[in-house]
Amino acid sequence: MSEPISHADIQKTMLQQQKAEQRKKQLLNLVLLVLLLAAPAVLYPVFLMKILCFALFAVAFNLLLGFTGLLSFGHAAFLASGAYTTGYLLSTYPGLSTEMGILAGTAAATVLGFCFAVVAIRRQGIYFAMITLALAQLVFFFFVQSEFTGGEDGLHGVPRGYLFGFIDLSNNLAMYYFVLAVFLGGYLLVQRIVGSPFGQVLKAIKQNEARTVSLGYNVNLYKLLAFVMSAGLAGLAGSVKTVVFQLASLGDAQWHTSGEVILMTLLGGTGTLLGPVIGAAFVVNLEYQLSQGPLGDWVDAILGAIFILTVIAFRSGIVGEVQKFMRKNLG
Amino acid sequence: MTIMKKLLTSAIASTLMVAGAQAEISNNTVKIGYLADMSGTYRDLAGPNGLAALEMAVADFGGKVKGAKIEVVSSDDRNSPDVSSSTVRRWVENEDVDMVAGLVASSVSIAVSDILEEKGKLGIVSGSAASSITNEHCTPNHIHYVYDTYPLANGTASAIVKEGGKSWFILTADYAFGHSLEADVTKVVEENGGKVVQTLRHPFPTPDFSSFILQAQGSGADVVALANAGADTTNAINTAGEFGLTQSGQTLAALLLFLTDVHALGVDAAQGIQLTTGWYWDMNDETRAWSDRFLEKTGVRPTMVHAGIYSSTIQYLKAIEATDSDEAQTVRKQMMDTPINDMFATNGRIREDGRMVHDMYLAQVKTPAESKDEWDLYKIVRTIPAEEAFRPLSESKCPLVTGN
Repeated sequence: MSEPISHADIQKTMLQQQKAEQRKKQLLNLVLLVLLLAAPAVLYPVFLMKILCFALFAVAFNLLLGFTGLLSFGHAAFLASGAYTTGYLLSTYPGLSTEMGILAGTAAATVLGFCFAVVAIRRQGIYFAMITLALAQLVFFFFVQSEFTGGEDGLHGVPRGYLFGFIDLSNNLAMYYFVLAVFLGGYLLVQRIVGSPFGQVLKAIKQNEARTVSLGYNVNLYKLLAFVMSAGLAGLAGSVKTVVFQLASLGDAQWHTSGEVILMTLLGGTGTLLGPVIGAAFVVNLEYQLSQGPLGDWVDAILGAIFILTVIAFRSGIVGEVQKFMRKNLG
Repeated sequence: MTIMKKLLTSAIASTLMVAGAQAEISNNTVKIGYLADMSGTYRDLAGPNGLAALEMAVADFGGKVKGAKIEVVSSDDRNSPDVSSSTVRRWVENEDVDMVAGLVASSVSIAVSDILEEKGKLGIVSGSAASSITNEHCTPNHIHYVYDTYPLANGTASAIVKEGGKSWFILTADYAFGHSLEADVTKVVEENGGKVVQTLRHPFPTPDFSSFILQAQGSGADVVALANAGADTTNAINTAGEFGLTQSGQTLAALLLFLTDVHALGVDAAQGIQLTTGWYWDMNDETRAWSDRFLEKTGVRPTMVHAGIYSSTIQYLKAIEATDSDEAQTVRKQMMDTPINDMFATNGRIREDGRMVHDMYLAQVKTPAESKDEWDLYKIVRTIPAEEAFRPLSESKCPLVTGN
C-alpha cells in the first residue's frame, strides 16, 4: 500500500522541481556569459558590439510588447534621440566623459518616452501603434531639419573618449567589454522588472486589462512606467551605438528601424527574455551575410519572407519554439 | 589650434610612415573594397555595375601590379552609415583592405572617410554628390572623383541664365541636400543677373508632384529648377511631362540626374531637360569604345559614376606601380602629381583638398526625333572648363587648404 501523498510533499517536490529548473537556467546563463566574454577572440568585436546594441534595443522593446502587450511602432525615435543627444554632446564638448554623454542620451530618450506615453497609452491596439508611429515620424522630421544632426549626412566623428577618465575606448576590446557590461546591466534590469510584483501586474495587463482594472490597479500608471523604462533602455542602446560607431545617422530614426526591432523580437520570441537577443543576433547577422554575397539585392525580400514564415508557422519565435520542444521532449 | 596640431602630427606621422613603408606593397597584395548601394535607391547609378567597372579596371591592368596580386571584395552599404562603418572597419582592421572605392550616399562617404583617416587608408569617392565631402569634411585620406553639387548647380544655372532664362522657380527637396543645392543655385542665378521669383519646398520623399508643378506653371518663371534627387526628380519630371511644362515654353532644369534616370524616364518625358554631367558615353571614340565593352559586360550603358570608378581605379593602380608602394599618403601624393588624361577626363587634376577637378559638360536631353536608340539620350551643349566648374580653393573651408 502506498502512503497517501500529503500536501506538504507536493509542495516539497514542486519546490525541488523549481530549484532544479532554476539551476538549469543559471547554468545556461553562465554558459552564455562565458560565450559572450570569449566571443571577441573569434568574431570581429565591432560586429559583436552592433549585435549587442540591437539586442539591448530589442530587449527594451520586448518589455513593452512581450510583457505588457503594447505594440509600439515608434521605438526608432528613442534609439535616435539617445544616439543624437550623446553624439552631439560628446562631439561638441570634448571635456565631457563618455559615460556622462551616454547618461545624457538615455535621459533624453526617457523624457521623450514620457511625452510619447502620456499621449499614446490612452488608446489601445492599432490606435496605440499608429499614435506612436505618428509621433516617431514627427521626431524623424525634427532630426532631418535640425542643424545639429547634420540632416541626412548624419553626425560624424564622435570621439569614443575615455571611460571614467582612464579606460581608452578607442581600443576595440575595451569598448566591447564596456558594451557587454551595459548590455548585461540592461538585460538584468529587465529580468528584475519582469520578475518583480510590478512585472506581474504588467503581465496581468497583457492577459486581461479589464480584469486588472477591476482588481484595483491603476493600469495607466503601470503602462506609463513600462513605456518610459522601455524608451530609456532603447535610448541607452542608441547612445552606446553612437559611441561604438562614432556616428549618429538618420537610419536610426527611420520607421524602418521601428519595424526591424519588431521583426527581431517576433523572430526571437516575444515574452521570453532571451528571445529578442537571439532575434537581434539573427537579423544583424543575416543582413551582414547577405550584404557580402550575390544575394545582396534580396536582403529586404528575404527578411520579409522570414517574417511571414515566423508569423504563420512559428508564432512563439526561435526561443519560444525551443522552449516548447524542451518541455515536450525533455520535461 | 587643435586642428593645426592634429595636422602637424599627422603630417609628421605620415612622413615617418612613408619613410618606413617605401618601396613595399603590404602583404604583396593590393586589396580594393567596393562599397556601394547594391539593393536600394542608388543601385542603378553605381551598384553591381560599378563593381563590374572596377573589375574591368583590374582586368585591364592585368590583375597584378608590380608582381603583387590585386584582390577585390565588395559589400552592400544598405545606404546606412552604421552598416558601412562596421564593414569598412572590418576591412581595414582584419582583411588588410588598402583602398575603398564606390561610395555613393553622402552620409556613407563621410562616415567611411573618417575611419580611413583614423586607420591611414585611402578612399576614392565616385558616387556621392555632396560638395562638403571635400569642403568641411575633407580628410587627407580620400579623393572625390566624379562630380559634386557645386558644378551641378553652377554649370546648369549659369548656362541657362546666360541663354536668357532670367526668372527662376526652384522646387526644393526639404532636407539639407536640397537646401544647399537651392542656396548654390540662387547664388549663381543672382550673380549672373537672373532672379529667383519663388522657391517651393516639397517633403522628402514626395510621390505626387501635381500641385507643385501647377504652382511652377502658375509662377510664370522662365526656368523651373529641380533641387532634388533620385525618385523625387524622376517623379517631378514625369508630372511636368504630363502637364506639358516644357511645351508651354518653360525650361525644366534638373540639378542631379543620371543617365540611368533619363533612360528610365524615356526621351518623351525627359526631352529638353538641361543638366550638368561629368561624362557621357557618346562623346568621342575612346568613350564609345569603353562603353561598348561595358555594355557587353553589363547590358547597360555606363553612367558618369561607372566611368569614374573605372578611371579612378586605373589611376590608383598606376600610382602604386610608379611608387612601388600601397601606403595611402604615398599613393595619394603620386595621384595628385599626375595629370589625368584618359577616356574619363582630359587634364584632370587632384587638388590638395581631395577634389578631382576636370571639365564638366552641360547636356540637353534629346527629343524623340533626335534620339536614335534607347541610350542615345544627351547632346552636349557646352564644355564647362574645370577651373570654372568646381568650387575654387579660395572659398574652401577644408583645413588642408586653409591650414587651420
